[in-house]
Amino acid sequence: MKRRDFVKTGLGGVLTILIGKAGIAHALVGGDAKTGDTYDWEQHEYAYLIDISKCIGCTMCVRACKRENNVPDNFVRTWVERYHVLDFDQTIVDCPPNGGLNGYKPLVEGNGASKAFFVPKMCNHCKKSPCEQVCPVGAAYHTKEGVVLVDPKRCIGCGYCVQACPYGCRFLHPVDHVASKCTWCYHRITKGLKPACVLACPRGARLFGDLKDPNDPVRKTLLETPVQVLRPDLLTEPQCFYLHLDKEVR
Amino acid sequence: MFPEIGHEILGYAFPNDVHILWGLMIVLYPFITGLVAGSFVVSALYHVFDKQEFKPVGRFSLVLSFCFLCFATLPLLNHLGHPERALNIVVTPNLQSAMAGFGFFYSTYFLIVILEMWFVFRPDIIRIASESTGLKRFFFALLALGTYSTSQKALEYDRKITKVLAILGIPSACILHGYVGFLFGALKSNPWWSTPLMPVIFLFSAMVSGIALTIVLYMITMPLKKMKISRECVAGLCRWLWMFLILTFTLECLEIITLAYERAEAWLVIKPLLVSHLTFSYFVLQIGIGAVLPIILLGLVVGLNKQMTDNLQNTIATISALLLIVQVMAMRWNVIIGGQLFSKSLRGFRLEYQPGFFEKEGILPALAILILPFILFAVIQKYLPLFSGEADKQRE
Repeated sequence: MKRRDFVKTGLGGVLTILIGKAGIAHALVGGDAKTGDTYDWEQHEYAYLIDISKCIGCTMCVRACKRENNVPDNFVRTWVERYHVLDFDQTIVDCPPNGGLNGYKPLVEGNGASKAFFVPKMCNHCKKSPCEQVCPVGAAYHTKEGVVLVDPKRCIGCGYCVQACPYGCRFLHPVDHVASKCTWCYHRITKGLKPACVLACPRGARLFGDLKDPNDPVRKTLLETPVQVLRPDLLTEPQCFYLHLDKEVR
Repeated sequence: MFPEIGHEILGYAFPNDVHILWGLMIVLYPFITGLVAGSFVVSALYHVFDKQEFKPVGRFSLVLSFCFLCFATLPLLNHLGHPERALNIVVTPNLQSAMAGFGFFYSTYFLIVILEMWFVFRPDIIRIASESTGLKRFFFALLALGTYSTSQKALEYDRKITKVLAILGIPSACILHGYVGFLFGALKSNPWWSTPLMPVIFLFSAMVSGIALTIVLYMITMPLKKMKISRECVAGLCRWLWMFLILTFTLECLEIITLAYERAEAWLVIKPLLVSHLTFSYFVLQIGIGAVLPIILLGLVVGLNKQMTDNLQNTIATISALLLIVQVMAMRWNVIIGGQLFSKSLRGFRLEYQPGFFEKEGILPALAILILPFILFAVIQKYLPLFSGEADKQRE
């Protein structure tokens, strides 16, 4: 080995160790959020867009989520609600067991609904998330791309975040005894893939986008079209946006 | 399932909102810390405010506070999904989180109570160490921490330090328990919890439960020790209990009246919650026999004290105190379980909650946790003179 090669290899080795150590430090501080070789979490800011007028209530998204994320029975990371408005003061809301995992039974014909629609729901990945605020040990955290995650190795399972989420998106995992919720399929999006629910939707009612990408259609819609969020009165700044949301939806 | 309120809604709960997450253990936790704070205040009335009528219970209520404090974390540990990580709250706290304050508030208060107890009982510890032999002597000598002076000057110094610690203890006890109320009061996700009144209500009801328990235990231990029940002490305790009860009851009513009058979205779900889900525990236990009746009974003790025989006063005081312990427990239940009975959809209710007897967070573990402080109390009272008369007698 030439002296130059030796120095090169040595420097490389030292650098690898340093980077490796930094990686471990990162993992300790913020979980193992930064993944992939070319992926840079500073370069992304994700948002989710749901178009109510397109959803047909097939609940493929619920099934896709369950399979992709191994969601335990009796809990959901995403679900689809059905609203039928019978008259000005009569709204019926329902959701089949397991968030609609096995689909909806059709409405009885002639029930007189003046309008009916489906509302897919999931973690809103709020910018000012109450769940992250209340976590006593910092197990709930934001990644740089704006995704709210749970560090299952740090969570003590107190359930305070479950109580603090106004949207009912969190639950305590019945086997792991830690808080669990939608991650926007973080393991997929950091590889450049879409979340499972987005891919499963046959109507394109669920869209996932990157606000830092100037050509992103979700970014364009959010900038140019009126959009709503759930419970805007709570000022949690949800990053899950809705098109054609009805006043009955909370 | 969901009664009509000018807006026909078929009950709908979010799919993750089916079961109650915080059960009996989380009801116990504020109940126990309430007893801790309340009984400490009784001892502070004597040690800080020099209320001589409370001399008979001054030390006793301090020890009572300590006994409950020792076991205050048990319900939480039993509830946690990962109790082995519990210390993360103090090791890597998220300082934005209200809950992260627990370790600091709890340990500060614990330190103050332990120190105060040591200064209060120091002369007795030294006396017992010198009078006894063997293991007992060794243990009490160890407790004396190497200082054996019981000179007038040293005792005066003890009294001063006790007062300072009691003064520090009052805000610490209030913070420890007010913070528990804050945990619930500061959650905007839950309209039944989210009110700035919550910590205040928690604090006042803590005083009520602490004084009530002091009365009940005083009534039980005095005959057992063949000592005389001090009429002035009971009358004084009743006066303070009555005042704190009126304050608590007023605040609890104000909370409901405000919610009802505002007619905000929350009332849509809170009205059916109270009317059809908490009928017994709220209207009967918390309001009726838990608050209105004791207000009348204690009012009699306070107003017609001169006309009452000792026996009558003691009987009424004990009955009221017992009712109030139930009232405070019911209040904790209504807040914590009640606040989870409805879904965050505000359109429907979850499954009813009924703790099992043998389950991990059920009735048996709850009873065990509630009995432990009394066992500790029984052990401590065996060795240390908790009542002033007793202390004087032993010293002679």
